[in-house]
Amino acid sequence: MSDGLKTTCAGCSDVDEQELMTRLDEVLEEYKDNSGGLIPVLQIAQGLFGYLPENVLRHIATGLNKPYSEVAGVVGFYSFFSTQPRGKNVVRVCLGTACYVRGGKQVLDSLKKELGIDVGETTADKNFSLEVARCFGACGLAPAIMINDDVHQRVKPARIKQVLAPYYEKEDA
Amino acid sequence: MINLTIDNSPIEVAEGLSVLEACKQAGIKIPTLCYLEKIQAIGACRVCLVEIEGVHDLVASCVMPVSEGMKVSTNNRRVREARKVVVELLLSEHDGDCQTCDRNEDCELQNLAHDLGIKELRYEGEKALRCKDNSMVGLVRDSAKCISCRRCVTVCTAIQSVSALFPQSRGFKTTIGPAFAQNLDTVTCVQCGQCAAVCPVGAISERDQTDEVWAALDDPTKTVVVQTAPAIRAALGECFGMEPGTLVTGKMTTALRRMGFDAVFDTNFSADLTIMEEGTELLTRLKKALVDKEDVALPMFTSCSPGWIQFMEYFYPDMLPNLSTCKSPQQMMGAMVKTYYAQKLGKKPEEMFMVSVMPCTAKKFEAARAEMNSSGVQDVDVVLTTRELGKMITQAGIDFQALEDSEMDAPLGLGSGAADIFANTGGVMEAALRTAYELVTGRELPFDNLHVTPVAGLDGIKEAEITIEGTVPAWSFLEGVTAKIAVVHTLGNARKLIERIRAGEASYHFVEVMTCPGGCIGGGGQPRITTDEVRKKRIAAIYAEDEGKTLRKSHENEAVAKLYEDFLGAPLGHLSHELLHTKYTEKERV
Repeated sequence: MSDGLKTTCAGCSDVDEQELMTRLDEVLEEYKDNSGGLIPVLQIAQGLFGYLPENVLRHIATGLNKPYSEVAGVVGFYSFFSTQPRGKNVVRVCLGTACYVRGGKQVLDSLKKELGIDVGETTADKNFSLEVARCFGACGLAPAIMINDDVHQRVKPARIKQVLAPYYEKEDA
Repeated sequence: MINLTIDNSPIEVAEGLSVLEACKQAGIKIPTLCYLEKIQAIGACRVCLVEIEGVHDLVASCVMPVSEGMKVSTNNRRVREARKVVVELLLSEHDGDCQTCDRNEDCELQNLAHDLGIKELRYEGEKALRCKDNSMVGLVRDSAKCISCRRCVTVCTAIQSVSALFPQSRGFKTTIGPAFAQNLDTVTCVQCGQCAAVCPVGAISERDQTDEVWAALDDPTKTVVVQTAPAIRAALGECFGMEPGTLVTGKMTTALRRMGFDAVFDTNFSADLTIMEEGTELLTRLKKALVDKEDVALPMFTSCSPGWIQFMEYFYPDMLPNLSTCKSPQQMMGAMVKTYYAQKLGKKPEEMFMVSVMPCTAKKFEAARAEMNSSGVQDVDVVLTTRELGKMITQAGIDFQALEDSEMDAPLGLGSGAADIFANTGGVMEAALRTAYELVTGRELPFDNLHVTPVAGLDGIKEAEITIEGTVPAWSFLEGVTAKIAVVHTLGNARKLIERIRAGEASYHFVEVMTCPGGCIGGGGQPRITTDEVRKKRIAAIYAEDEGKTLRKSHENEAVAKLYEDFLGAPLGHLSHELLHTKYTEKERV
């Protein structure tokens, strides 16, 4: 499942959709009799497709024999799931209680300003998407943000540029 | 047994009960909002808070199991204040236009605010987002009134297995609805209206069509005819404060006449007609299967319940041939009023205006189906729910309780007792058997007082076997045949039964399906709120209506016989096919 958690950029994937669907079918086959299978399947699917498009969600609903309304409800409940294509790097700002009181909101404002996008949006160059999350379980490191799978701790709004810098470099490389 | 103390009084209750249920036994009424007896106890709304000695926080009594030695306090300052705050917070985001709300004076939230003594709205905050869903013929939704109690989700999912509704998004932005907060027409909603029947507020209701009916009644060029379904007579009184299960057939007829309807007809008449058509259809299918050895779809399913029809079209389209091709009694009446009756009056179909009063929201959809235009125009123009009729009677200034009884009009106002019991689960089966058995054997159905008790009552899936002996010559091929029948109510039970049939675990000749719990008496358009206790009272009333009649078998209805003689010819004849039967279409399951 760990490979499924990786966030892939839909734009830079060369794998054709048919192949991804075949892989999804294998996953569905594996989880179809598991009553708690919906969330792992959604995580894997998001890893495969980069986000959760409607046809994939309907396919998952059919494959797991679950109502589409429930699948959509679960996707909408967890901020880690996205139904929109996202940028190469997904920046998630924690606004859980601890992060919020230690300045998460200011970190978010700073990110919005730096990236020039609002929550739920993607930069024009498709390099960054900005999202809000509730608690990474890193309350001791508050305020925390995640960029892809990396947790950044005690982020200062004034030092956002430096935090983002490596992710520009990756693109250049 | 568990011994506990509630408000300083000791009480012994069964193990496994919730504190709420124990309080009920102790005669203490705890206010509730999201709770639905036997259906939903999730502690979501927090209105049913009580204090338990030794427990730090107040607890939701609906989800707190009783335990030995427990000391419960249901009425102290802390509890009262907490409940009040819970409701005040709900009100702070609720659209409070009570005066113009469909649920004014019939709203559980409004009642709670009153009962808890809320005199001012102390909290002002963001209001819930307003999204109106007008996409359905039968139902309308208004998210600004929704309090996210999830009752509708539970009935749609656990009872009906339709699962059109689910909580979407989270926190303050939570909305209850189809996937991604789309409209109901994007999903497999069958418009049964059980969501509207359990909604405590005005978030889901039937589409109000009372104005259309007033307009028709005011139009001198229209002959406005009304039919009332069997289930209305046992429930309409509740709209005027009468006890559930009070029979108001005669008062209802008088009220309809006072409102200005030109003719008051009984859906019972067309229920009898349905039995003639559907009974003949069943016997024809059995002959094909047993004598001609043809490949014919069995079991045959009843087709009176439009939510069930849509359910089949969405979920089991390969079994559509198993549905009886008979239209529902509502649609048979519409077709007869705009052809047979219109001809009697020398009127054209378009000069007739047919109003139905149904316990049902799906009937609004059924009337609007493209197939339901046998007379050349829409056969049934407007369908009102029981609740809508109640409102119109009030608007007309009629003192319902004080009304004299009167009789429905001839010829389409005559119905048998067999037709009355179409209102409850098991009734269509019993009515069909009363006629079919007598037709085949020449003898009365061998059950005490004609009641097929194995298929009566509120069990979800009921089965019976009847061995046919002593047949008359025309039906001798049925000699010794054991007819296997089943009766189900709620779509969840229907789904279970179908899965059993498909798995080869069960087989039947004839199956009655009603969409709503208890049958039509528990329909989505009936006065709120329908509990099992209310269902039982309405069913008892319906059986009393049946037993009080001399005419208790559909084939003995003289007006139906006359209709065949003068107009239709024979059951399943050419004209019947044209006017009384229909077809079904597979619908994409989304």
